[in-house]
Amino acid sequence: MNFKIMPKSAFADWVDRLIGSYRVVGPKRKHGQYVFDELRGVEGLELHYPTSVLPPKKYLVPQKEVLLNYHLDGSRLEIASKPEPTVILGIHTCDIHALKLFDRIFSQGFTDQHYQAHRDSVILVSIECLEMCGPNAYCRDMGTASATEGFDLHMIDLGDVYAFNIGSQKGADLFKGFRQAFDAIDTDVDQINHVLATKWDNFPYRLDFDVHEMPALLHESFNSTLWDELGQKCLACGSCTQVCPTCYCFDVTDEVDLLMEEGQRVRRWDSCQIHEFAMVAGGHNFRERLALRQRHRFMRKGKYQMDAYNMVGCVGCGRCASACLAGITPIDVMNELCARQQCSELEPFASVVAEVAA
Amino acid sequence: MSFLLEEVKQSDSIYMPIPARITAVSTLTAEEKLFTIELPHELSLEHDPGQFVEVSVLGVGEAPISITSSPSRSNGTFELCIRKVGDLTKVIHNMDRGDIIGIRGPFGRGFPVERFRGKDILFVCGGLGMAPLRSLVNEVLDDRGNYGRVILLYGARSPGDILFKEEIREWDARPDVAVHLTVDRPSDDWDRKVGVITTLFPDVQVDPRNTVAVVVGPPVMYPYVLKELKTLRIPKGNIWFSFERRMKCGVGKCGHCQLNHIYTCQTGPSFNYAEIEMLEEAFS
Ligand SMILES: Cc1cc2nc3c(=O)[nH]c(=O)nc-3n(C[C@H](O)[C@H](O)[C@H](O)COP(=O)(O)OP(=O)(O)OC[C@H]3O[C@@H](n4cnc5c(N)ncnc54)[C@H](O)[C@@H]3O)c2cc1C
Ligand code: SF4
Ligand code: SF4
Ligand code: FES
Repeated sequence: MNFKIMPKSAFADWVDRLIGSYRVVGPKRKHGQYVFDELRGVEGLELHYPTSVLPPKKYLVPQKEVLLNYHLDGSRLEIASKPEPTVILGIHTCDIHALKLFDRIFSQGFTDQHYQAHRDSVILVSIECLEMCGPNAYCRDMGTASATEGFDLHMIDLGDVYAFNIGSQKGADLFKGFRQAFDAIDTDVDQINHVLATKWDNFPYRLDFDVHEMPALLHESFNSTLWDELGQKCLACGSCTQVCPTCYCFDVTDEVDLLMEEGQRVRRWDSCQIHEFAMVAGGHNFRERLALRQRHRFMRKGKYQMDAYNMVGCVGCGRCASACLAGITPIDVMNELCARQQCSELEPFASVVAEVAA
Repeated sequence: MSFLLEEVKQSDSIYMPIPARITAVSTLTAEEKLFTIELPHELSLEHDPGQFVEVSVLGVGEAPISITSSPSRSNGTFELCIRKVGDLTKVIHNMDRGDIIGIRGPFGRGFPVERFRGKDILFVCGGLGMAPLRSLVNEVLDDRGNYGRVILLYGARSPGDILFKEEIREWDARPDVAVHLTVDRPSDDWDRKVGVITTLFPDVQVDPRNTVAVVVGPPVMYPYVLKELKTLRIPKGNIWFSFERRMKCGVGKCGHCQLNHIYTCQTGPSFNYAEIEMLEEAFS
């Protein structure tokens, strides 16, 4: 591994230099919560934050994104302009893992060039969490409490200095011409290893079973009565999917200006928890009942994405639990399923339909 | 000549529609019209029966529509049978010869005709399912010598709702096609069966060893038809369905069309029963 060491006293200078060349965003405190927002300087940047309300996915798949611009008479039909180069500072490792899933989804089969354009425009600077961010997180269980790839730079807080793991040339270039970042020497590497190795005690397991059993557990739980119980509680607000770093489902609509001359085809975040999500012409709704929508959500997180993309669809960030007014939390759901299925007795589950998915 | 799908893929956006011209419009029923579409001259559609295109109108929106013409009859043009149900389909119904609409596709997996050759074919169709199925029926009939018996069971709400009446009359008149029709609500001059699609099954005898069944219709129909086909002892791998879910993007990204973990816009819409019988959401 290739590390740079930067004294914390130099960090503000570095951020200022970045702001000179890029749009720079990072976690900031707002109304008692933390949100990723544009930085004007290092002040306001909170690298020691529990978690953000929305994950940085909003810079890769914006809540509302223009795909095409056109004149209604068809005389003009253009692809939306490319996003501006953006450095995202202070990304937690769970969110880095989530972006790896996005990379796969948006490139498998057809390439989504709009995602790709955003992906190419961002430089990801993540930071190692040294303690758990809150009671709803279960990143230790999901294997996302640390990251060795997927970032351009990865920061580790060593007290007086930051260590930067260089993940790509794009990341290395952020130090170009900056004199206060030094190549790590052996004692630095020892310290990095020490900090990383001792952090694990701060990350308790919160699931009662191993993540590798999750697909099997969900498979066995397809007809569980728990889905009905969740359906009774859920308000179908869609907050859980909005805040989720691995949720990307979208709707595509056309919007027209008041003069009825110019228009845009836009995509916006959609949610499988909303009533119309799976409704088709003729009024048939494949997931009419809330119980079916809740089941779909958890199946997707713990099993379907595994079947389709060979990656788990949840990174254990806990945001959905914090956002849910009905108090539905994935830790409780998974552990309850485990209790009802006596999941320690489950056979590992080889997907019966992997062939179809391939 | 290049293929539309290549053009769509090579564009800088997979969501960019290719402008195409409506060259003919005809009224099929009170709710459905048939549109003939011509692509820009250097492009061809090259579809399989059962595939769909994303059809769009600027300022209105986009929707998945099955290609109803067969590959065997696509002389540079193709046909769409569109039911008026909402915003976009209403606007399309008001369009005329010469108007431009956007097309992306063809998307999805169609029916694998090469697997059907030499077999007896039992088509089971409900309502608007005739739109995608007609593509396959004509493909089979235009290559009639390569198939055994051809049987069509078609159920519609009323005689007035039957799609492609002229064509079905022609099929019915052929000695090598058996057409069985039923409607839920008969008119006074209706002399065929009355009732749901399953009322036609007692009239059908098949050699299960050599029969492929292709079922296209509304989702409520599928479990009942499946039961009949199991009674006929047709092998699971020879029972084909089209699974139409809500679709938006057509390219496996938007998540709307999921059936368990499967994106029906990519791996489907056509599946055989052996492929999906383990998927709990298939017949929901
Ligand atoms: C693979 C596939 C093939 C299809 N083939 C045909 C065809 O050959 N002919 C035809 O007339 N229709 C077909 N449809 C259905 C057609 O896509 C919908 O009727 C159309 O999207 C409605 O658009 P709208 O703007 O007019 O209606 P809207 O105003 O959007 O809505 C009206 C109704 O249509 C439903 N609906 C909306 N969007 C979709 C969607 N993307 N998919 C399914 N239902 C939707 C809504 O739930 C609502 O009940 C097909 C659908 C699929 C998935
Ligand atoms: S499902 Fe919940 S815990 Fe898992 S990644 Fe999404 S928001 Fe985080
Ligand atoms: S946040 Fe909670 S109440 Fe809202 S849709 Fe999700 S599970 Fe239901
Ligand atoms: S229609 Fe968007 S994923 Fe299938």
